[in-house]
Amino acid sequence: MNKFAHWQQQARPATRLTRRGFLIGAAGAGVTLAFLPEGQAAATDPDAAAAAGVFEPTIWYDIDGDGIVTVNIAEAEMGQHVGSALARIVAEELEADWSRVRIRYADSDPKWGLMVTGGSWSVWQNFVPLSRAGAAGRMALLEAGARLLGTSADRCTARNGEIRAGNRAVGYGEIVRRGGLGRTYSADELEAMPIKPPSERRLIGSSFDALDVPAKTNGAARYGIDARVDGMLYGRPLLPPTRYGAVVNGIDDGGARDVPGYVKTIALEDPSGTVPGWVVVLAESYGAALAASRRVSVDWTPGKTAGVGEADLIEEGRRLVNAPDGGSMVVDDDGVQAAFDGAAETLEAEYTTATALHFQMEPLNALAYQAEDGRWEIHTGNQWQSLILPVLAEALEVPEDRIVMRTYLLGGGFGRRLNGDYAVPAALAAKAEGRPVKLVLTREDDVRFDSVRSASVQRLRAAFDADGAVTGFEHHAAAGWPTLIMAPGFMPKGVNDEPYDPFAIQGAVHWYALPHRLRAITNALANDTFRPGWLRSVGAGWVNWALESFMDELARSRGADPVQFRLDRLLAEGDNAGSAPNAVGGAARQANVLRRLRERLAADGPPPADTGIGIATTYGQERAMPTWTACAARVHVDRNTGKVTCRKLTLVIDCGTVIHPDGALAQAEGAALWGLSLALHEGAAFEAGQVRDTNLDRYTPLRMSDVPELDIELVDSTEAPVGMGEPATTVVGPAIGNAIFDAVGVRLRHLPIRADAVRAGLASV
Amino acid sequence: MSKFTLNGNPVEVQVPDDTPLLWVIRDDLGATGTKFGCGIGMCGACTVHLNGRAIRSCITRVGDVAGADIVTIEGLDPAGEHPLQKAWIETQAPQCGYCQSGQIMQAATLLADFPDPTDADIDAVMNGNLCRCMAYPRIRRAIKLAARELRAGREAEA
Repeated sequence: MNKFAHWQQQARPATRLTRRGFLIGAAGAGVTLAFLPEGQAAATDPDAAAAAGVFEPTIWYDIDGDGIVTVNIAEAEMGQHVGSALARIVAEELEADWSRVRIRYADSDPKWGLMVTGGSWSVWQNFVPLSRAGAAGRMALLEAGARLLGTSADRCTARNGEIRAGNRAVGYGEIVRRGGLGRTYSADELEAMPIKPPSERRLIGSSFDALDVPAKTNGAARYGIDARVDGMLYGRPLLPPTRYGAVVNGIDDGGARDVPGYVKTIALEDPSGTVPGWVVVLAESYGAALAASRRVSVDWTPGKTAGVGEADLIEEGRRLVNAPDGGSMVVDDDGVQAAFDGAAETLEAEYTTATALHFQMEPLNALAYQAEDGRWEIHTGNQWQSLILPVLAEALEVPEDRIVMRTYLLGGGFGRRLNGDYAVPAALAAKAEGRPVKLVLTREDDVRFDSVRSASVQRLRAAFDADGAVTGFEHHAAAGWPTLIMAPGFMPKGVNDEPYDPFAIQGAVHWYALPHRLRAITNALANDTFRPGWLRSVGAGWVNWALESFMDELARSRGADPVQFRLDRLLAEGDNAGSAPNAVGGAARQANVLRRLRERLAADGPPPADTGIGIATTYGQERAMPTWTACAARVHVDRNTGKVTCRKLTLVIDCGTVIHPDGALAQAEGAALWGLSLALHEGAAFEAGQVRDTNLDRYTPLRMSDVPELDIELVDSTEAPVGMGEPATTVVGPAIGNAIFDAVGVRLRHLPIRADAVRAGLASV
Repeated sequence: MSKFTLNGNPVEVQVPDDTPLLWVIRDDLGATGTKFGCGIGMCGACTVHLNGRAIRSCITRVGDVAGADIVTIEGLDPAGEHPLQKAWIETQAPQCGYCQSGQIMQAATLLADFPDPTDADIDAVMNGNLCRCMAYPRIRRAIKLAARELRAGREAEA
C-alpha cells in the first residue's frame, strides 16, 4: 500500500460538526445562532424552537439588544489566544463591529461535541464551520435589516455591525430588539453559504489585540488554581513510589495532628485505577496542608517499576528498534527492501532523546464538589474534557451526565492538560469527605505526576546504489505511547494491520522523494513506568530530531549542500503532490519555505570561527494538515567548555491563511524557543521509577538571557488555515545539532545536547 | 498572628508565622493575582513587593513581614494602568499569562533601579522569572517601552 492512501486513514478526533442545519431565533433578551441537532432538517418556527431549547447541540454565538456579539469558545485558552482567533472568524463573515465582540468560555456539555484542544487543530477545524455560522447570521441580519429599512436585502450591505442602505443604517442591536430575525437554514443551504473571498476580508489577517490579554496584566485572570467555593478543604497529595501498582500499607499522621488547621490524611479508593496508591493530606488551608504533609509518613509497597531508570528505558528502546520484527509499519514503499538488499553502500545512525517534562507554570490542581442538586462540579483548567469525563464518572461511580467541568484559563497546557488525570484525586477526596476539596500539587508533585514526553530511540538507515544515489530510507522509532494508554480509539493501523500511536510517529511521514519504510514501536517499559504524555508538537517534536539530523548526515555524506539536497527531493509529485483543501501544493510548499529561508540567510554573512549554521525543515505535525516549516540555527560552540550558544533562529513558516497575525507570530516565537529549550536546556531522567529532576534546581528551561535573535517570516497565503501552536518546535533541535556539526564537525545524536557530549565529540574528531 | 499592609490596607491574619506569605495572600486575603509556580523561589511567579522591593512570596514567612508594606499586582496601580501594564498590552506579551504578575512586579523593581535598562540589565534582573510560554522577547520589549514612557513622564515633570 502506498503512503498516501494509507494516510487517508489517519485517525483524528472527528470535527465537531457533521451536516447540520442552522437556526436563528429569539432567546432571552437576544437572538441565538446555532446548529440544529443532527438529522433535524429545519424547525418550522425558529423562535419557538429557540424558546423550546431545540438549539442543543452547539450554540455558536448570540447577539443581544445592544449589538454585543458573544461567541462561545469550547476550546481551552492556554496562551494561544484561541478565543480571539475563533471570534475573529465569526466576526469576519458576520460583518460584526469588532469592538462589540466578546468571548465566553464554555463549560463541559454534550452539546459541544468532542471537547479537545490540541494538535494545533483549533483554527483549522473551526474555520469553515465558524465562517458559515457568521455568514448565516449576516444573511439573516441583511434580510431583517432590509425590512426595517423598507428596502430589499440585495440593496443593503452589512458592515461593522450595521445593515446599510444608501445613507441609512440600522444596527445589529436594533434589529435584534425589533425582532423578526427568526430563520432556519438547511445543511445544503449552509454548505452553499457564500464565504467571502480573501480580497474581501476586513478582519482576518489584520492586526488586533487578543481579548484575553488585559486581564493577564492586572491579576484579574482566573486560572484553575484560583477556584474556590465556600467550605472547601485544601488537599496536598502524597504520591506513591511508582505510577502504578503501589499499595498503601499504613499512614502515620501523628506528627501532623498539632498543625493548626490539619484535618486528616486519607488513602484514596479509586475505582477508575487512575491514581493507585495516592494519599491526600487535607486541611483548612493550603498552608496547613503543606505543613502537615511534611509530617505524615506513608508506608507503601511499590509497584514493579520501582527500579527503572533512564538507561533502562533507552536500552529497551534500543532493543526494540534493532529487532527486525514488532511494531506497526506506518509506511512501506515498494522497493525499499530491494534497495537495501542490493545496496552498494549504507549509512546508519541511532538517535535518542531523554525524558522531557511539561513543567507548565501552573502546577496541576482541581476543585471538586457535589452540588446541592447532586451533580458533581469539577473546576479546573483542562484540554480534553471528553477524555477525562468518562474516567471521572468511573471514579465517582456516577453517570457522566452528572458531572460538569467548569472552565478556567490554563496556566500553560503544552499537552499536559490533555490528560486530565489530576481531576480524579480531587473528586475522590471530595467524595470521601463529603466536602468540597481543592487539591493542589506542589511543583515536585506535579513533576512526579507528569505525563512526560517519553524517552525515545530511533534508528535510521539509508541505502545507496553504485552511483551514490539514495535508493532506500528506513526509520524505526520506539517510545512510550500516550494514545495507546489513554485514547486507543484514536490509533490507526499500519500497513501490517498493527495499530500505532499517530502522535508518537507523525512528523516522520516526510514529503521527500525517497523510498521509505517507517516503523513505530511502543516501549512497554516506558508505558508501565509512567503515563506517557502528549507534549507540545508530540511525535514531530522528537522524530524530526532523528529525521532532519539524518538528512543532514546524508547530504554531507554525498558532499551535498544540506539545503539543496533537501530541495532536490521536495518534489510535488505522486504521493507528495498535495491535495485540496488542506495540503494544496504538497512538497512544493515545503520547498518554498526552504528557499525563502535560504534567501533570508543570505543577508547574514558567513559565520565567524566555531560558529555554524544548521538547517531543518518539517511539515509541522500531520500530513493531512501540514504547516510547512523551515529553520536555520546559528550557534557558537565553545571548544574549551563545550557550551553551545544559539545566537539566532531564522524561521519561515507557511500555515496558509493567518487569522491573527500577531498571535500566530507569538506562537511561532514561543514554539521555536520551546524547541531550543528542549534541545539545549531541558532533559530529565528517571531514577528508581520516578522523575529525578523535580524542580528548577535541576530542571532548567530556557531563561531570558538564553533567548537568541529571532527572525520569523509567515508566508503570505490564502490557502486553508492550518496549525501554528506547535510546528516551530519541530525544527529547532535538529537545526541546532546540524549547526554544531557545521561549526566544529561534531555529530551529536542525543537530546538534550550537553556540554560534556560536545567536549567528548571534540576530543574524538 | 501577623499584621502588615496589603496594597495599602492594614490586614491581620491568624496563621502560624512559618506559613508562606504566598498562601496567606492568595487564600486568606483573596488576592489571587500572585501565583504559585515552584515553591522554592526559582520561578518568580509569586513575586510581590515588600517595602518596594521584589521578593519571592513562596519562600517568605508571613511572620517575617510583620509591619511591612506588601504590594501585589492588584495594588501596583489603582487603575491597572501602570506603564508596565500598558506596555504588556501594547506588546501583547502574555500568552498563558500565569507568570506575568510576577514578571511585571519584578520589572517594576528593575525600572526603579535601572531607569534606562540595557539588555544585560534586563537579563540580570529578569532571569529569575521563568516564562514557560517563552514570551521573553516581548517581555524585554515591554520593559523597554515602559522605561521610555516613565522617562518621558519624568522629563515632562521636570
